[in-house]
Amino acid sequence: MLNPILKLNPKIFNSDVEQVPIRKGFGQGLLLAGEADKNVVALCADLTESTQMNLFAEKFKERFIEVGVAEQNLVTVSSGMAAMGKIPFCSSYAMFSPGRNWEQIRTTISYNDRPVKIVGSHAGISVGADGGTHQALEDIALMRVLPNMDVISPCDAIEAKKATMALAKTDRPAYLRLAREKTPVITTEETPFKIDKAQIYWMPDIGLAQVGIIVTGSLTYRAILAAKELEAEGIKTKVMNLSVISPIDAETIMALAKECKAIVTVEEHQIRGGMGSAVAEVLAQNYPIPMEFIGIQNLFGQSGTPDELIEHYKMGVKDIKEAVKKVLKRKI
Amino acid sequence: MTKEKIKELEKKANDIRQSIVEMLMEAKSGHTAGPLGMADIFTLFYFHILKHNPKDPFWEERDRLVLSNGHICPVLYATMAHAGYFPVEELKTLRKLGTRLQGHPHREYLPFVENSSGPLGAGLSQAVGMALADRMDKKDGDRFIYCFMSDGEHDEGNTWEAIMLAGKNKLRNLIAIVDRNNIQIDGYTEHIMPLEPLAEKWRAFNWQVIEVGGHDLKAVNEAVEKAQKILDKPTVIIAHTIPGKGVKEFEGDYKWHGKAPNKEEGEMALKELKEIGAKLIAVSK
Repeated sequence: MLNPILKLNPKIFNSDVEQVPIRKGFGQGLLLAGEADKNVVALCADLTESTQMNLFAEKFKERFIEVGVAEQNLVTVSSGMAAMGKIPFCSSYAMFSPGRNWEQIRTTISYNDRPVKIVGSHAGISVGADGGTHQALEDIALMRVLPNMDVISPCDAIEAKKATMALAKTDRPAYLRLAREKTPVITTEETPFKIDKAQIYWMPDIGLAQVGIIVTGSLTYRAILAAKELEAEGIKTKVMNLSVISPIDAETIMALAKECKAIVTVEEHQIRGGMGSAVAEVLAQNYPIPMEFIGIQNLFGQSGTPDELIEHYKMGVKDIKEAVKKVLKRKI
Repeated sequence: MTKEKIKELEKKANDIRQSIVEMLMEAKSGHTAGPLGMADIFTLFYFHILKHNPKDPFWEERDRLVLSNGHICPVLYATMAHAGYFPVEELKTLRKLGTRLQGHPHREYLPFVENSSGPLGAGLSQAVGMALADRMDKKDGDRFIYCFMSDGEHDEGNTWEAIMLAGKNKLRNLIAIVDRNNIQIDGYTEHIMPLEPLAEKWRAFNWQVIEVGGHDLKAVNEAVEKAQKILDKPTVIIAHTIPGKGVKEFEGDYKWHGKAPNKEEGEMALKELKEIGAKLIAVSK
């Protein structure tokens, strides 16, 4: 069942569940953050509308900087603004920021300790028809490896809005990963969001879970669907939304691992170096148990519809269920 | 600026050069040519131009000086020490474990520097960000953002992205100083990646361009005063310097870009600098 404490969307399993792009939540959150704090500024590299920065740019024209198609400049100029007390949010596609400008992010933001919020939209395979050049499948790895960099990959538009507002209040550098496509709305305004606390979204009606599913980003909906179908087949699971990948909530991960003794991770990202690897680092050192990884298997993407691509690259509901069954057999 | 002031600054620059040689000898690695070449300009800024207070390094209203080519930090450290930010004695810890004086500046270790730097081409854009922030806050008439940068880092695309954005935004509170010493690691800039006509390039990007001799303190000071007066453009001062300035054996030779003097070379350099220093004292008396 959906975790009743979290007040998740009760219509989540309806066929007409509301669908909103995750990036839209960022646009709304940035507008609210801008209203709350005049030091919030926004910078964009010629993708204002598609990264949903236009809401802010229209309302706070004087606090918006258009840098053109120049992602290296985007983050370094942001660093300079942060040095003067601003709280810069800078957006582009994840493939270009942090894809193209990683060293500038490392030196002038992370190493330099400037609280810039790097927003990478159109992350993951679900970018779809644009093809492999535009599908960022390595960005979590690039950013979570940096010391002094929070990494957040929200599960829906509402969580993206809350994450944006929360980031405006931290004094740390951060990366916010957003997906392009419409995604079912899983959470509600009442669902709690904390940077330091992962939440269990799905749990067995009674008893302990046999497998823990840890998911991040837009695949959270599919993970919950898989958990529901598995329950009907008699397999009890818990689904954890690990939207904050860094700093990682090792405590909640460990609690889930100790309960289930088998974990499946699910992400729209390369398996190598992604969220699953982050979970594996925690478990291998503290509580080694069997794991299965759902994600891109060391490949580049291609053109297609988002749903086709998710299925083709084995990240669908069916694949998550198979991984759960496989890890169940491996349990010691 | 009076003649006496100029003499005083030249003497100070000579002291700073000696400190640079001493710290590099002690560190046994680091860059020699750039720091010696920029010693006059650093001295002019820290002892005359900059609005700053070494006793209150985080004073909010201070001018900001962004060093883009962090590898010349021996001159930054030596000048800051002589200006009173930290003891001159500490210069001997350069590049040693636990030092505040990292091989390239790191703000976490030495918070008095405005930025961590080293990888080239990213300083000007940070300065652009600072200038934009000050304009938003209507402080662009109160203080200036200075960026010291190298000629070699014009090879970096990021540099030109920053130049374009500053030109577009007419950042009159931004003043860049280019250390035009014509050398980079692999050789002379015009062999590695020709930059000329450099002034025309900046001008085409809507900057005011002033070219000066980088060891002529009066001329550099006048260029900065001119830059401060313009209201609708950022300014770049292309300062023609001699890499290794002050030590004949080092001057103009790209091989001194990235190495430190050994004991013998260092002692020879110090002797030469002390002789120049003695003459400067004699003249000022």
